[in-house]
Amino acid sequence: MTRVEGESGLEYLRRKLCSVYPDLCPLFSIEYADGVLLVPREALHGAAVNLKALGFERFGFVTAVDRGEYFELVCRLQSAEFGAGLFLKAEIPRDDAVSDSFTDLWPAADWHEREVYDLFGIEFTGHPDMRRILLPDDWVGHPLRKDYHDDSVIPRPDYI
Amino acid sequence: MAVEVESTRPVIAEDGRRVDELVVNIGPSHPSTHGVCRIITHLDGEVIVKAEPVIGYLHRGIEKMAENRTYLQVVPLTDRLDYVGSMYANWAYCRAVERLAEIRVPERAEYIRVIVCELQRIASHMMGVGSSGADTGAATAFIWAFEVRERIVDLFDELCGSRLTYNYVRPGGVSMDLPDGWIEKCREVVKWAPERLLELDALFFGNFIAGERMKGIGVLSEADAIAWGASGPTARGSGVLFDIRKNDPYSVYPRLDFRIPVGENGDCFDRSRVKLLEAIESCHIIEQALDQIEPGPVMTAGLPRLLRPRAGDAYDHIESARGSLGVYLVSDGSPRPYRMKVRSPAFCNLQLLGKLAPGHTVSDLVVILGSLDPVFGEVDR
Amino acid sequence: MPGGGIILTSMDALADWSRGQSLWAMPMGTACCAMELIAASFSKFDFDRLGTFPRPDPRHVDVMIVAGTITKKMQPAVRRLYDQMAEPKYVIAMGNCAVSGGIFYYDTYSVVRGVDQFMPVDVYIAGCPPRPESLEDGVLQLRAQIRTRSMAEGRSYDRDLALPGLETDRAGTTDAVRPVGDTPLAPRSGAGEKL
Repeated sequence: MTRVEGESGLEYLRRKLCSVYPDLCPLFSIEYADGVLLVPREALHGAAVNLKALGFERFGFVTAVDRGEYFELVCRLQSAEFGAGLFLKAEIPRDDAVSDSFTDLWPAADWHEREVYDLFGIEFTGHPDMRRILLPDDWVGHPLRKDYHDDSVIPRPDYI
Repeated sequence: MAVEVESTRPVIAEDGRRVDELVVNIGPSHPSTHGVCRIITHLDGEVIVKAEPVIGYLHRGIEKMAENRTYLQVVPLTDRLDYVGSMYANWAYCRAVERLAEIRVPERAEYIRVIVCELQRIASHMMGVGSSGADTGAATAFIWAFEVRERIVDLFDELCGSRLTYNYVRPGGVSMDLPDGWIEKCREVVKWAPERLLELDALFFGNFIAGERMKGIGVLSEADAIAWGASGPTARGSGVLFDIRKNDPYSVYPRLDFRIPVGENGDCFDRSRVKLLEAIESCHIIEQALDQIEPGPVMTAGLPRLLRPRAGDAYDHIESARGSLGVYLVSDGSPRPYRMKVRSPAFCNLQLLGKLAPGHTVSDLVVILGSLDPVFGEVDR
Repeated sequence: MPGGGIILTSMDALADWSRGQSLWAMPMGTACCAMELIAASFSKFDFDRLGTFPRPDPRHVDVMIVAGTITKKMQPAVRRLYDQMAEPKYVIAMGNCAVSGGIFYYDTYSVVRGVDQFMPVDVYIAGCPPRPESLEDGVLQLRAQIRTRSMAEGRSYDRDLALPGLETDRAGTTDAVRPVGDTPLAPRSGAGEKL
């Protein structure tokens, strides 16, 4: 399957995704010129395998956003074929912050997952070396969580 | 280099001989051309068996700080990320904000952004090539490279008042217009620079010693470069022809004509030489942009003082001197970002150190680290 | 010996003057200020003409120029290197982050707010980053300080005892140096979240 003349990269991606992996099709949406594939947590690794086979050979990053009741795990994949990037998102429950690692598909995910563990506390099963990367090893807590409290932080006064 | 011997752990080889593996800790303070990185190397004699970079010595919590600042107040924080290239760090963030808030930037501002970004790319590559020189003992190359960098930094000093952290590219455009006479000065610098860069090329890369020290060291194959998420000169030195300015063009780059230098062998020599050749191409880009720039506004009219973008998220990336630098912004409709994530190319490229170092000696390790060109403000954020 | 006092004080003064003329510096550059430190040591600003030469080894230097943000992870390393310097030793805090935490004063959980939390500082250079000329001015100020302060006073462990949050034993060894009390340095980790 190749790109049709005048078709944008994302439209081509939707067409190819829906024909090759039809069960992923309803989970894919194009929001503000960005492709988003929102999958349940259990299907995350399977979707990643399919996307890699589809042509997403480049791993952008993986990060998390603390949404209160859950963490939103956001993974950015890039493809030279489609000329577009894709967000692969999943919701990780806060009290069971575990996800599957992407390192078996893209070795580039290694340090990104360690950073997510360090700053959010989400563990990745299957990661070869799950430990803190940016903070000292004996640090307690995960700073980028919204409920992180640290006495040493001086909050900025609200000027505006 | 602060090299301390940590432990000597004997290993019994198959034929019963005792083989000692030495664990040597390098850093976090070593001759500070690259920054604060600690590398724990396991050596078998002189040869590295395993090299593990430990980072985080410059982790300042910029992403957390951004959650308590307005979108405009975050711009000085992005300056300090990749401090060797503040202009393009600002630009990546501003592109993400503009994508999120759906702001259209005036054309003159886009041209100015391209000009300053390419000037910054030359300055950053001078730092990168120069520190490769310092790593291999060619201190003269470092000082010659800095001559070019100083002239560019003088241009920036006149433009926005600062030599290193500029806070110049803002969401919606740039903060102030070019001063009188700046374009002529810039043209002079850009006409003079390629000749100097070619001299530097002959001095450093044409030298037999640089070849001996850098060729065949730290070879990265094309497939590995893609799988490990390398970008920028690190990937292009291995033959990966991917440059965001060509593959996913942004701003006014489609109107400018330039080539992308690509290496063949994927060794340190190619990675560093690609940087120098890119700097020469940047001079051509700047000349074209200076010819094409027209008078006009430099900041979007009617921008509110407090930007309140739509609730949602956006990601945008640019081609920085280190690779593909992107910023992912999540907004909840308030004037402060809900989450800012910086996808820093130096962080992604530095993972390769553990893969490229084994089989080489400690002196080669320094050369490999230099060719990956990490800037720790960006790696650690 | 008759007239000995005058000879010794003149020699003392000569020694103090000459020490200032050749201050070898350890560039403890972590962040952006390190770029200006490097620029200061190169051809355009050249602080070699002031006698200051960058040496990476703490045992060879008189002055440590701390240029850049010091994080809690980096702080023990910097303190250890300071302890490895030979007396008489001086510290220049270059840049806003080394002076007081700078732009990273608020909202950050991992930055030490100023090098003087754990090291005695002789010269503070403000700027973000300071121009290389400011750094050279700082070196000249340090020279003036050395000329007026004798080698016999101001040994580092006496000055350590004056630091508000630092506890050290008489010999000033690194093992005993740890921050106490409520200084921002003391609680290294979050009091809240436990996994």
